[in-house]
Amino acid sequence: MTDWPILSVTTFLPLVGAVFILLTRGDPAMVACNARNVALWTSLITFVVSLLIWANFESASAEFQFVERADWLPAFNISYHMGVDGISLFFVLLATLLTPLCILASWEAIETRVKEYMIAFLVLETLMVGMFCALDLVVFYMFFEGVLLPMFLIIGVWGGARRVYAAFKFFLYTLLGSVLMLIAILAMYYDAGTTDIPVLMRHGFHPSWQIWLWLAFFASFAVKVPMWPVHTWLPDAHVEAPTAGSVILAGVLLKMGGYGFLRFSLPLFPEASATFAPLVFALSIVAIIYTSLVALAQEDMKKLIAYSSVAHMGFVTIGIFVVNKQGIEGAIVQMLSHGVVSAALFLCVGVVYDRMHSRLIDSYGGLVYRMPVYAFTFLVFILASIGMPGTSGFVGEFLALVGAYKYNSWIASLAATGVILGAAYSLWLYRRVIYGKLEKEKLKDILDMNWREITVFAPLILVTIWMGVYPASFLTPMHASVDKLIRDYEKARAASAEPGDTPVVRLARLIGGGDQR
Amino acid sequence: MNGFVMPVFLPALPEIALAVLAMALLMYGAFGGDRAPRAFAWLSVLALAVTTIVLLVSGNGDRVETFGGQFVMDGFGRFMKVLVLLGSALAIIMSMGFMERERIERFEFNILMLFATLGMLMMISANDLIALYVGLELQSLSLYVIAAIRRDTIKSTEAGLKYFVLGALSSGMLLYGASLIYGFAGTTSFAGLARLFAENGGVAPIGVVIGIVFLCAGLCFKVSAVPFHMWTPDVYEGAPTPVTAFFAIAPKIAAIALFTRTMLGPFGDLVGQWQQIIVAVSISSMVLGAFAAINQTNIKRLMAYSSIGHMGYALVGLAAGSEAGVRGIVIYIALYLFMGVGTFACILSMRQQGRMVEGVNDLTGLSKTHPMMAFMLAVFMFSMAGIPPMAGFFGKFFVFQAAVQAELYTLAVIGVLSSVVAAFYYIRIVKLMYFDDPVDALDKRIGGEMATIILVTGAITLLFFAYPMPLIDGAAAAAASLFGG
Repeated sequence: MTDWPILSVTTFLPLVGAVFILLTRGDPAMVACNARNVALWTSLITFVVSLLIWANFESASAEFQFVERADWLPAFNISYHMGVDGISLFFVLLATLLTPLCILASWEAIETRVKEYMIAFLVLETLMVGMFCALDLVVFYMFFEGVLLPMFLIIGVWGGARRVYAAFKFFLYTLLGSVLMLIAILAMYYDAGTTDIPVLMRHGFHPSWQIWLWLAFFASFAVKVPMWPVHTWLPDAHVEAPTAGSVILAGVLLKMGGYGFLRFSLPLFPEASATFAPLVFALSIVAIIYTSLVALAQEDMKKLIAYSSVAHMGFVTIGIFVVNKQGIEGAIVQMLSHGVVSAALFLCVGVVYDRMHSRLIDSYGGLVYRMPVYAFTFLVFILASIGMPGTSGFVGEFLALVGAYKYNSWIASLAATGVILGAAYSLWLYRRVIYGKLEKEKLKDILDMNWREITVFAPLILVTIWMGVYPASFLTPMHASVDKLIRDYEKARAASAEPGDTPVVRLARLIGGGDQR
Repeated sequence: MNGFVMPVFLPALPEIALAVLAMALLMYGAFGGDRAPRAFAWLSVLALAVTTIVLLVSGNGDRVETFGGQFVMDGFGRFMKVLVLLGSALAIIMSMGFMERERIERFEFNILMLFATLGMLMMISANDLIALYVGLELQSLSLYVIAAIRRDTIKSTEAGLKYFVLGALSSGMLLYGASLIYGFAGTTSFAGLARLFAENGGVAPIGVVIGIVFLCAGLCFKVSAVPFHMWTPDVYEGAPTPVTAFFAIAPKIAAIALFTRTMLGPFGDLVGQWQQIIVAVSISSMVLGAFAAINQTNIKRLMAYSSIGHMGYALVGLAAGSEAGVRGIVIYIALYLFMGVGTFACILSMRQQGRMVEGVNDLTGLSKTHPMMAFMLAVFMFSMAGIPPMAGFFGKFFVFQAAVQAELYTLAVIGVLSSVVAAFYYIRIVKLMYFDDPVDALDKRIGGEMATIILVTGAITLLFFAYPMPLIDGAAAAAASLFGG
């Protein structure tokens, strides 16, 4: 443990960099160059600081660590309360790892308004890290919603041809989900008199309330994850966003939904989570099978990866709601793995897009002859995305499926078809882009990756293999927190009375397909 | 015992000061003050500043009644009066450049602003149906003239006339309601009415209920809440822009304060009777404000619908009918003051080749030509949409908190959903400024006062989250004073 506010430093350091960039004046070329350098160094330092969190983290403890608390709205019992546990620790690291890589990946790809771009990314990093560390619902909500602003601008200003449509869709979809969560937060505040998350975890909401609160939170997180059928903003946003925007979107923003389920839905509303679990499973299985099939039909590389993200996140939601150790840890690892792998896949698309300015699969083929290093890198991540043993994707999917099997073999079997379909669309994509004859005239003088690009990919390959070969270094810090989560969940379900037979509960049962107890 | 006792003047000292200063300025203007319009405008601002200082030093926020209970001064009034005075002063400052450019720099304009402000202060302190009406009419009559101050253009004259006719109608309804209440309750005093209904255990004769309905209708007109909002877009569009800026802020604050005091003071025990009216008005204002603004091309009309929506959100707090609700209203209105002033300062800075432009599309590509102004306007827009961490989020947070506490879940859910719809047109402005390329660039020069106002209000809107306690504590104290706490 450290005696300085390490979480606040990690959270707000990027903001300091952003202010610094904001204040630079002078020749536009110089300003752009300075902005790039400041942004890169700030985010690198932030990453190093966040590594200290990991280094000082007590794996044996299930409690929140590095806790900070400061008065913010004392009259309302709302305080600036930060802390991490085994569940949030790696999400913080994911955000701080991906930001410098994004900045490095945008080094040459972004030529207009570089200063604003870098400011947007640093602000985004602050908001992401703050969101994973927040231990007060209002503070969490501020960070959670705040993410919309820089992301809206990143898609809208630096995006592709239909960027306005995509930015609006992204903004309004996610806003619609989160405002309902705001009402739920206010209702919880009314009931419990506080928005402090650890206190709320012990509060125990009445089961008939839990139904509504769960649904409101679900509206927000399901859009973020995204779950079928509210996933339609994702392909648009991904396709139109600049490469680095897609990376952050897939790498971190989607994890906000899964994190939300783990941090709020399960511990705060255990009864409702159990009631609605079948609904979640049904939606997840549809997501896995349907979006995998949709991915097979895509002609745009980014869209294909976007749909595969929806499918991969389906494993996550199944893993979370089976509520056993394998399921939840699998879900977390799957989120981390997907955060790295899909981010890397988007970066791979970005590499060829920067050269050819096309994302269509048809415009490529035979790249292996001109770009061997690229072909290798792409292969690593395609295999990781399929869930090849030895890569991170395997650990996550395997654990999530084991968890699902323990709960119900049908769910596991149906979900497992997603693995096969995943292999189909991923390998087919790889074959069409990398193999085949190098026939297209334009591709004949395409260049392989340069050192900057290799630098971007190297850490991602490292993490992917590390997670696949020795997942224990990631799983060990999780155990205590996940155990506590499951223990509290079981205890709450055992202790609480029947939810009563109000119309709402009946309706919920109807939707959820019956109580699984 | 002789019949006449001198009333205590101290609680009304700010109003007296403003009246005296305004009349002195009127004399000065009539006898030669027209020579230096800018200096005159600054003198008017000074008069408002002096009034504010008198207000702050003459009382400590304790509840004091005077003039036979017709006039009340309390923490709530003090807080709202400061906001009104600030809003008026900023409106005068914002008008200076415009008036000079358009060659309508007459001293009467400033005098009328001062008298309108005086009327607003009286409204906030009204503790009797008659005092309420007197304050309201002093404000309204001044506003009718100000709306038509540019008498040689059809639009401004039309705005003034429309405002006058509909305003007179609403005053009539209000007066009719007041007379019904007097007829059935036998008193016009707020304290007397409150006592009466408390003794009857929250039951009122049907005549009083009808009277309250009429009273509500009149007050809804003043805050431009649906279904009495029809005048707003036309008047906002037709009136000269600085007048619109003034209309959108100070009179709204005063009217909301008056609405709150009237509903929760004398009729506080009749919540059951009027709550559903306010809920309906609030829902329809939020929804109409959100949907009707989508297709607007004139930014002043857009702001008119936006302000209708904002009044709907403020009324959510009133519908809650609780101390938390009043706190929500006060916070919402205070933050609305900063966002509104800032937005209008940006609108007033929109000029092409020296001429004012009002089209939403004229903002296209603003981020490339005026990066700072575009950033600030984006901050105001996100804030009005209620996106954290901007100040507007806190306004919505506290009114909806009150609604949830009052278990008005339907109202709260419809409210947040309409805020998503409203977010569409706010972010459309951001889209124009940031995503599109400039077509006809706006003039570079913004002007010192304008730039300062934009920067200061923008900074408050953006950084409010860092240190929200002073305003929120102040609002809580103000709300508590209304409930005799």
